[in-house]
Amino acid sequence: MTAGTGSPKRFREASRTALNNERLQRAMNRLQSGFGEARAQAIADLPEFDALRDLARQRKDFTLRHLPQYLAAFEQAVRRAGGRVHWAKTPQEANRIVRGLCQEYDCRHVVKSKSMVGEEMRLADYLLGWGADVIETDLGEYILQLRQEKPSHIIAPATHLNRDDIAETFQATHGEDGQQGKAAEGLVQEARHRLRQKFKQAEMAITGANFLVAETGTVVLVTNEGNADLGVTLAPHHVVVSSIEKVVPTLKDAFLFLRLLARSATGQDISTYTSLYTGRRRDGATDGPETFDVVLLDGGRSDLLDSEFEEILHCIRCGACLNHCPVYAGAGGHAYGSIYPGPMGAVLAPALNDGTVHRELSQASTFCGKCEEVCPVRIPLPKLMRYWREKSFGDHQSPFTERVMLRGWAWLCRHPHLYRSVIRLMSSLLRRLSHGGWITSLPGLGRAWTQDRDMPAPPAKTFFEEWEDKR
Amino acid sequence: MPQSSTSKKSAAGLWVTCLVNLFRPSVAWAVVRLLNQAGIDVIVPKHQTCCGQPSYNGGDRSNARRAARQVIRQFERLDYMVVPSGSCAAMIRKHYPELLKEDRDWSARANNLAAKCYELTEFLNHVAGYDGTQVSSLKATYHDSCSGLRELNLKTAPRDLLGRVRGLELVEMRDAERCCGFGGAFCLKYPELSNDMVSRKIRNIMDSGAECVIAGDLGCLMTLEGKLHRLGHRIRGYHIAEILAGMEGDA
Repeated sequence: MTAGTGSPKRFREASRTALNNERLQRAMNRLQSGFGEARAQAIADLPEFDALRDLARQRKDFTLRHLPQYLAAFEQAVRRAGGRVHWAKTPQEANRIVRGLCQEYDCRHVVKSKSMVGEEMRLADYLLGWGADVIETDLGEYILQLRQEKPSHIIAPATHLNRDDIAETFQATHGEDGQQGKAAEGLVQEARHRLRQKFKQAEMAITGANFLVAETGTVVLVTNEGNADLGVTLAPHHVVVSSIEKVVPTLKDAFLFLRLLARSATGQDISTYTSLYTGRRRDGATDGPETFDVVLLDGGRSDLLDSEFEEILHCIRCGACLNHCPVYAGAGGHAYGSIYPGPMGAVLAPALNDGTVHRELSQASTFCGKCEEVCPVRIPLPKLMRYWREKSFGDHQSPFTERVMLRGWAWLCRHPHLYRSVIRLMSSLLRRLSHGGWITSLPGLGRAWTQDRDMPAPPAKTFFEEWEDKR
Repeated sequence: MPQSSTSKKSAAGLWVTCLVNLFRPSVAWAVVRLLNQAGIDVIVPKHQTCCGQPSYNGGDRSNARRAARQVIRQFERLDYMVVPSGSCAAMIRKHYPELLKEDRDWSARANNLAAKCYELTEFLNHVAGYDGTQVSSLKATYHDSCSGLRELNLKTAPRDLLGRVRGLELVEMRDAERCCGFGGAFCLKYPELSNDMVSRKIRNIMDSGAECVIAGDLGCLMTLEGKLHRLGHRIRGYHIAEILAGMEGDA
């Protein structure tokens, strides 16, 4: 996979490739229509949905205003339940902590559930590099691991692939097990068979977290496959990797967010599995992990508090903005070249990286506002993308020609007489390029327009000329 | 909603968008006709240029502020400001107050203008009143432009108005609310994605069986018409002002 710098040009190139990939396009169409319709239905069935969104937004604001306090409360509650919390400033630090836990508990076989924070850390690669046997247990993630790819979507990581892709992958990597043909059921059986062996072997289960509950020290996790539960139930050691903004004050808050999460993501009332993990196995109990560790990653997030980007910390990773974004629909998740794709990724990714990497993804939006419309916690994504554009413009990271043109246009607009003359000139130039009232080929910047569509020729006079004539 | 009840005739300042001025003056003339029919004087402030959207969305906030102040100065003394574009109207209504909120002198003036700035269809629907017109039988579909729809909530106003046009049959296309791919500079920066988006719209327009597509923003309309023309389809595009003013024949 290309890491990419996220420049407009790189995104443009990557999206062009994606648009020419028919399989991908079919998969993206299915994703958007499927999840889009399911969400619409789920919301129609829940009249209080908008009221819940407002409440969720308030609770997020409140929690972020008191974030250090709730994180401290969470740590204490985890400790009371016999677990530990570890703090990491950077993904690298978080990886080292997890490795340290593997060493401490003498674990070499690790089963991992999908976690975007895990992706942010590139945790599986890191542990594999260190010498551990790490297997992704989310079916989508497992397929990606075999293909050495990265997720293209937050909740449906392998959405860019179809059944044929998966059958090919299994044929190529499962050896003699890979004989189940191309039927979906056979493929699932095949993966299940493989993964069950790994679950039985595992000494450590690594999961992500959807919510961290400060009052009880509970980690709330939703899945549709039950793979996280299987890992945590069988392995003696449970390690949670999460980012700091996932903390919520109370269990009641967690349930409020859960009501919004699945409906926004997949259109389900609630996901198939909703697991609450609190601490390690109690004395005298017969199940649960022997140890319970939570690694909390900051990764640049605390810098967003009190900044213009703070609201992106409201995000509950439902993927609704991806599922409804017309740009994401064409480009696919990989084109973004960042861990987090789509509109939320265009806002969050640059904040998680050093310097200006990925910042230009904010250009890849028409500001149609659909992402904000569907966001369950009402994050004003276009506004936040505009802030990144302002930063890029302000510190000269946006392309030179673009800045010159913007400044030139603004200057021209402040001089109405000159503006009128330039528009008149433009009008006559455009007319000269036209045939039968249409322009089919423009030079320079206009080439982008006429690449795939025509442009109507302007009439002989502008409105202002006609208006003046009439006076 | 208030019809002008006093003897003094109301005056509305007409905002002529950059695209309307250059590419489609008929839209502005249609607005003039519609406002005059409602008994409103139309004033076209002479020094208007651009509302500042390119600067604002391009990240140049200080030039966007300058544009905002320039527009406010020209329109603030009029009774109303009428804008035949959802995106320019949203810029003035939603973004000017935000842009100037920390400026002690200008904040109130921005709010004042925002309060009397109307997108055309909401003005006709809620303030001026619209008696309808007659067109020769036309089957049309309406494209919801993003800014108008999501920033100004213009879902029902245009449809209400089109419902008063005799001879016009409105059919809804699939995903009428989905972006056409124009997006200002977006269509120039990412032409392939923009083309993907407009191509989807064209399929939906074709599937609707309409003979023409109507929109409230010229940017969308030029994108849709340009693609229809390139593909050789005979479906025409109209700005809603042209239809409401009964100018579909000569547009």
